[in-house]
Amino acid sequence: MTLKNHYLLISFGILALIGGFAPLFAESYFISLCTLVLIYAIFAMSIDILAGYAGRTSLCHGAIFGSAAYMAMYYVTIFGGSPAWAFVFGILMAIAISLIFGVLAVRASGVYFLLLTLALGMIVWGICQRWTSVTGGENGLRGNIRPEWLADPNHFYYFVLCIFILAAFMMWRFVSSPFGLGLKGIRESESRMRSLGYNTTLHLIMAFVVSGIGAGLAGILYAFFNSFISPSSVSLTQSVKGLLMVIVGGVGTLFGSFVGAGVLIALENLVSSFTQRWSFVMGLTFVVTMILLPSGIVGRLLATKPS
Amino acid sequence: MDRRDFMKSSALVGLSTFGAFDLVLAQSTGPIKIGLMAPLTGVAAAGGKEIVEGFNLYWELFGKKVGGREVQIFVEDDGSNPDIALQKARKLTEQTKVDFLIGNLLANTGLAVAEYAKSNGIPYFIPVIAADDLTQRARIPNVIRIAGYTASQTTHPMGDYAYKKLGYRKILTISQDYTFGHEQCGGLCQVFSEHGGTIVNQLWNPLNTQDFSSYFAQIQAAKPDAVFCMETGADANRFLSQWASFGMKGKIPLIGSQNTTDQSVIRNLNDEAEGVISASFFAEGNPVPATQKFVAEYTIANKQLPSVFGFTHYIAAVWLAKAINKLNGNIENRALFLDTIKKTTLEESPLGKPVRLDIYGNPVYDVFIRKVTKRSDGKFWNMPIDSYPNVSQFWTYKPDEYMKQPAYSRTYQGIKKA
Repeated sequence: MTLKNHYLLISFGILALIGGFAPLFAESYFISLCTLVLIYAIFAMSIDILAGYAGRTSLCHGAIFGSAAYMAMYYVTIFGGSPAWAFVFGILMAIAISLIFGVLAVRASGVYFLLLTLALGMIVWGICQRWTSVTGGENGLRGNIRPEWLADPNHFYYFVLCIFILAAFMMWRFVSSPFGLGLKGIRESESRMRSLGYNTTLHLIMAFVVSGIGAGLAGILYAFFNSFISPSSVSLTQSVKGLLMVIVGGVGTLFGSFVGAGVLIALENLVSSFTQRWSFVMGLTFVVTMILLPSGIVGRLLATKPS
Repeated sequence: MDRRDFMKSSALVGLSTFGAFDLVLAQSTGPIKIGLMAPLTGVAAAGGKEIVEGFNLYWELFGKKVGGREVQIFVEDDGSNPDIALQKARKLTEQTKVDFLIGNLLANTGLAVAEYAKSNGIPYFIPVIAADDLTQRARIPNVIRIAGYTASQTTHPMGDYAYKKLGYRKILTISQDYTFGHEQCGGLCQVFSEHGGTIVNQLWNPLNTQDFSSYFAQIQAAKPDAVFCMETGADANRFLSQWASFGMKGKIPLIGSQNTTDQSVIRNLNDEAEGVISASFFAEGNPVPATQKFVAEYTIANKQLPSVFGFTHYIAAVWLAKAINKLNGNIENRALFLDTIKKTTLEESPLGKPVRLDIYGNPVYDVFIRKVTKRSDGKFWNMPIDSYPNVSQFWTYKPDEYMKQPAYSRTYQGIKKA
């Protein structure tokens, strides 16, 4: 095992300790922030699978995130189903949407991929905004869809933590598997991978769906957390937010997405206590990050350690 | 709130983050903490600023002390976005530990926070969130619309006035295509069509419509007796100025929802809006002394005439202060606090008439029919020309029966076929 891995493992361990015991000493607001960080970390990691490993930067993950959340919300509040099944249907929704999007989008790469996914995401946003009878339009859907045993914020936090650890492990296994290496190969040179006999299109579609499942999972947890979903959670801003988390943390590091989510949510919620110009501070942070840490926080940390 | 106060309250929030204030102030003796949320950035930022100004005006005029306790106001920006609004509501409630929440402008932000308030039990007051069902079919006991109004509350009388007094028989409506618009339009359509009037067509323009010319063509083709226009913010500005520049003004009579000719809109226009008739519980041109006293004080403090946003939040502050005084500052018992608020009648409201809440937590007002009129100093304001006394959110309907009909939506406008 390399030094790099040791370093990662230790920081994981420390974070797990803090995360595991947080509810014992922190107040409920802090716990709700932590829950949000974990949810967004899953979301950002799912984007990183495509952006960091397959070299495809997506702007439609907000739409996948949102449609899974809408599905879960609709299923429980309007259809009257159980939260457990809402989870299943939410995931199925994410799979369906990402399969369609994947088939359409993976033909392109680079800026064309970006634009194509942007357009696809906007379609979903438009539907959520306009299909008032189902999505509630501008007002969105609301209602507490958490089952009884998750009603307590601390229980819910632990629930999200467990799912986060599970999802993070699975995504890590996914990107470090031979399949993940194949993705990296496609990122470096798709034509070479193709000439080596890889079905790169299928490879990318599968990666897209796996990444979509991650985004959908985050979306469902978000609906559980907020008891509310509206078109703003499906919008381009949501996709960009996820992407920014990936970039701040470090593209292609997976773990960086978690750090990025933490930084962004801390900025959004804490800085606003001090100034009305909080969005300005956030913008400035991104610019500074881009100039000083182009490979992101975790990317930079990993680069300084000899492997 | 001036910058210094803002810095102070911000610093307090900051300090409390680090636990400096953890001893938190034995109940009933420490300060009363108020969480005020308003969109200070995003699409609704202009109105959001007036929310803060209106709410703070009261405390500046009468001192930040009520019921023997100091008052601290914590302002948070909801970013015109429901997700951010929710986060801020959580922060104010769970970290700043405010005694109650108030504010928000856009319906979706209010609905999101209301859902949180429902799960948490914290009192939440919504002076501008007009979504009908929050005090009708989907009531939440701890969400009270002090000083506010439901979307259809003022358009019901507008429909009545248009038919009976203005003598219109055929109306065309143009409205922003979102819930607030659907509900306002629905109120007018239902009452107007029940009297026997015809709604010849309903046009729905998306939020942020830049160019209304295609709608004007349809309006001219339909030849209505009058056009009812429901627009808010920048859309209202654009509609009214294009209405004039396309030569429609004077050709087809225009009546409006209260937001269409709200002070926040007409102060940016010249004479484009002059003569437009609308219905609202607030008319800044109302000559009664109580209203003019408020208008003068607001104008001195904020260098402009008050809009409905500033006004409602000012009244909300009056209302809260009165209820808190009644309880001698003991607002920790939430049920008692909410009950006292509901039973509080504002005898000395800036409207010049007592205002009370109905049992569903929505105010009962006199609704004024107003006309945009030029003042002697060249500015425009809304002058009352007629009024409907004691209009509740249910108009003349029985609450139970009214709530059996579906909520107004794009597909259900309450139109009765003749």
